[in-house]
Amino acid sequence: MSGIDQSKIRNFCIVAHIDHGKSTLADRIIEKTGLLTSREMQSQVLDNMDLERERGITIKAQTVRIIYRAKDGEEYILNLIDTPGHVDFNYEVSRSLAACDGAILVVDAAQGIEAQTLANVYLALDHDLDVFPVINKIDLPSAQPQWVKDEIEDIIGIEAQDAPMISAKNGIGIEEVLEAVVTKVPAPSGSPDNPLQALIFDSLYDSYKGVIVFCRIKEGRVKKGTEILMMATGAKAEVVEVGYFGPGQFIPCEELSAGMVGYITASIKNVKDTAVGDTVTDAKNPCAEPLPGYKKVNSMVFCGMYPADGAKYPDLRDALEKLQLNDAALQYEPETSVALGFGFRCGFLGLLHLEIIQERLEREYNLDLVTTAPGVIYRVHKNNGDMVELTNPTNLPDPTEIDFMEEPIVSAEIMVTTEFIGSIMELCQERRGRYLGMEYIEETRALLKYELPLNEIIYDFFDALKSRSRGYASFDYDLKGYEESKLVKLDILINREEVDALSFIVHADSAYDRGRKMCEKLKDEIPRHLFEIPIQAAVGGKIIARETVKAMRKDVLAKCYGGDITRKKKLLEKQKEGKKRMRQIGNVEIPQKAFMSVLKLDDK
Amino acid sequence: MKKLGIYVHIPFCVRKCLYCDFLSFPAEEWEKEKYLRTLLKEIEGEALRYKDWAVDSVFIGGGTPTALTGEQLGRLLDGLKRGFLLEADAEITMEANPGTVDKEKLETCLRAGVNRISIGAQSLRDEELAALGRVHSAEEFFQAYQWAREAGFRNVNVDVMAALPGQKVETYLDGLERVMDLGPEHISAYSLIIEEGTPFYGWYGESGKRKNGMAQLPSEEEERLMYERTGELLEQRGYRRYEISNYAKSGYECRHNVGYWKRRDYAGFGLGASSMVGNVRWRNRRDKEGYVQCIEEGLGSVKEEIQPLSKKEQMEEFMFLGLRLTTGVGKKAFQETFGIPMEEVYGAVIGKLGGQGLLEDGERVSLTPYGRDISNYVMAEFLLPS
Repeated sequence: MSGIDQSKIRNFCIVAHIDHGKSTLADRIIEKTGLLTSREMQSQVLDNMDLERERGITIKAQTVRIIYRAKDGEEYILNLIDTPGHVDFNYEVSRSLAACDGAILVVDAAQGIEAQTLANVYLALDHDLDVFPVINKIDLPSAQPQWVKDEIEDIIGIEAQDAPMISAKNGIGIEEVLEAVVTKVPAPSGSPDNPLQALIFDSLYDSYKGVIVFCRIKEGRVKKGTEILMMATGAKAEVVEVGYFGPGQFIPCEELSAGMVGYITASIKNVKDTAVGDTVTDAKNPCAEPLPGYKKVNSMVFCGMYPADGAKYPDLRDALEKLQLNDAALQYEPETSVALGFGFRCGFLGLLHLEIIQERLEREYNLDLVTTAPGVIYRVHKNNGDMVELTNPTNLPDPTEIDFMEEPIVSAEIMVTTEFIGSIMELCQERRGRYLGMEYIEETRALLKYELPLNEIIYDFFDALKSRSRGYASFDYDLKGYEESKLVKLDILINREEVDALSFIVHADSAYDRGRKMCEKLKDEIPRHLFEIPIQAAVGGKIIARETVKAMRKDVLAKCYGGDITRKKKLLEKQKEGKKRMRQIGNVEIPQKAFMSVLKLDDK
Repeated sequence: MKKLGIYVHIPFCVRKCLYCDFLSFPAEEWEKEKYLRTLLKEIEGEALRYKDWAVDSVFIGGGTPTALTGEQLGRLLDGLKRGFLLEADAEITMEANPGTVDKEKLETCLRAGVNRISIGAQSLRDEELAALGRVHSAEEFFQAYQWAREAGFRNVNVDVMAALPGQKVETYLDGLERVMDLGPEHISAYSLIIEEGTPFYGWYGESGKRKNGMAQLPSEEEERLMYERTGELLEQRGYRRYEISNYAKSGYECRHNVGYWKRRDYAGFGLGASSMVGNVRWRNRRDKEGYVQCIEEGLGSVKEEIQPLSKKEQMEEFMFLGLRLTTGVGKKAFQETFGIPMEEVYGAVIGKLGGQGLLEDGERVSLTPYGRDISNYVMAEFLLPS
């Protein structure tokens, strides 16, 4: 594909608040440019995984190249890079944005600007992207496009009066959007004659081709046979194939040159060698320095994952291995639990990442999993001067050997409308937050700055934030560092037996409260047995809370009426079905979801 | 000749009770008449399929069958007699609710062939009856019972309920004593169940919100005590427990009901009625308009959820239904029915439950008193993996 006129390339992405129609617009654009017949067109083409379609969120960046003949009579190559939409993947988002030259900002004509709109716009502006708005859902009866335009100008300060008015759902105004891409997104800069400098914004593993690196060529050119060097990881490989992205397929081409978006394969076996954000250069003629912004992505959240059926352990190992090929942020290592048997301690970017991996293992690999409470990495400083990084609470050294412990702290920014400031501050206070300050973005909106312990936000902070602000708060965080903290291990005893998989680390001040809630929760989760079951919470061997699951005494006596046996059988089946999802610990059967119940302790 | 039980559903009542999730509703006189005509048409049509069968039990249930007039009930029984071969000693039960019967109606029914009356007393305290939303008083129950006897019924059942809002162990047992003093041949004693979709579920259900001033449900301990004492008291007075919640004087066990637990064939007629014939279960459609229209206009079958039972399902039913009976299930009968020893299928389960003191194991397998207390747990164990 040499001989492409760089001035006819447009690299862009779409940013929006969730549900404002980002993926639908992407679909329409692809449809409009005739890449897919309507038969091939499935709703939300770019969201590949079932999971993404179901949840209505984009998890993995997706990219597609579109040929568009503009009104000026010229043919343009449009590269649409769809970005993930969650703070867990913020880094991936920032790299995807760095691969673009412009961004379409989609705003719902009825809702106007919302929390994520701002967060995403600022992220795009940070990357020097030219952002232009489009007003979506103008077909809604409640649409107020003029008000939304004014709002965009007032709050974000970008020109909006001539923003395309569209309905992605009904395919209205898509042409205008494409024209705007052509006229408003700048053509890529860079020269094919400079040394190769390409930004990796994603990669995936293909069992035939090895790792497929998605990149934006900033400078220079790359083709089959080029020996490439990944500047941060130091990995080298010879290019086997380069190409670009058709919808749902890879299309090989001769060469990728400055300004283009495409892929490279080079028989690379491990995605870890092709870290997102790294710079690809020509090993023989390297560029002077790597592109800015590379960060090594570390797991922030850890949990144990166990097969519900112990015999499926090798299947779980194989599945994790395969998932890791595509997901450099996923870490795992084998561990054993007295209660749960053989499994893995897995590391994730955040709770959503954890949930996604869990769901993928369950759906795509058909595994039934038991997951323990997520935790963070604690630093345990021992009396003898050693420092241990603790990811599994069970491995906490004896308290007498511990000098002090540290926990990770994040700097958080929460954007919220003024009416909810009070309740959000209260939430942060409950989560041991340290108030740093507040800025008013405009009259009705403020940015709260807090430092929060990571372990206080990994569970249900998002949900709490949303419910206490009617969905209007947005949240972003960065790991700040470690701080000394008074931490203890909370153990749970069921029928006087310690269940290691239920232990977790907690701040000493909230141990009593958490222990009590945990016991209450487990009391509801554990079904009655033929005998009474005490549930206890303990810190350092001292019982701090107790609940009791009473023995099964008597069923209610239903009148089995009019010979409706089917109904009776359904009742028994339900009872039996419940038993299948149980873990036998000692002589107590514990439902698998009980192991996750530590998560949901927020009352509000 | 093969034996058949017949169930007939009358989906009408004066007013829906607050705990009731059965298929029943109040209706105008013309609606009842229209339903009865449709029902007779269904019976007439279906009867053709059962020419080779002799009917040894009929159960007319509801709703409140006595929401119909005596004349209408007479026509219903005539219709059954016209279509089916009713054995001379067939048990023919009709449910009757206090407040909807008089002596004349009961006499009409007796003349038409009904020989067993089941009266829904539920409680003998007016405040408990009011809390349930029943339409009658305790006094009206006594009156109805009196009339049934005067009309000439020699086989009478009384339904009583435990675990009612505001009920105390003493008030429950007092009511039970007074029922026994009347000397009915049969007593059904069961607990109130809070079913989804009823007003009670909104007040007493899992996340129910009881309104101010509403009576509380008895505690689990109280309920258990009511249940234990029920068994003791009834046995003392000559009522033998033959099924989890049914007691009878010797020879007065309800043949129709026992038929369900022994998996005998039965055909159900009327709105939403269940059937099992030749190891196939089905149920009539439950929407009144559809049911009536379908039969009146000959639009096809009203049967839904037709489910031929696999051998596995038959074995499961054999066990969990049979265990409701005090006599339990026979190993010989199992072997004869399925051509495989019970041990081979259920040996491990019976061993485990026996070890937990829930089952008696011998020629027959039956629930121990403890096993009866938690019968759902025991019965669920007899479901086989699919």
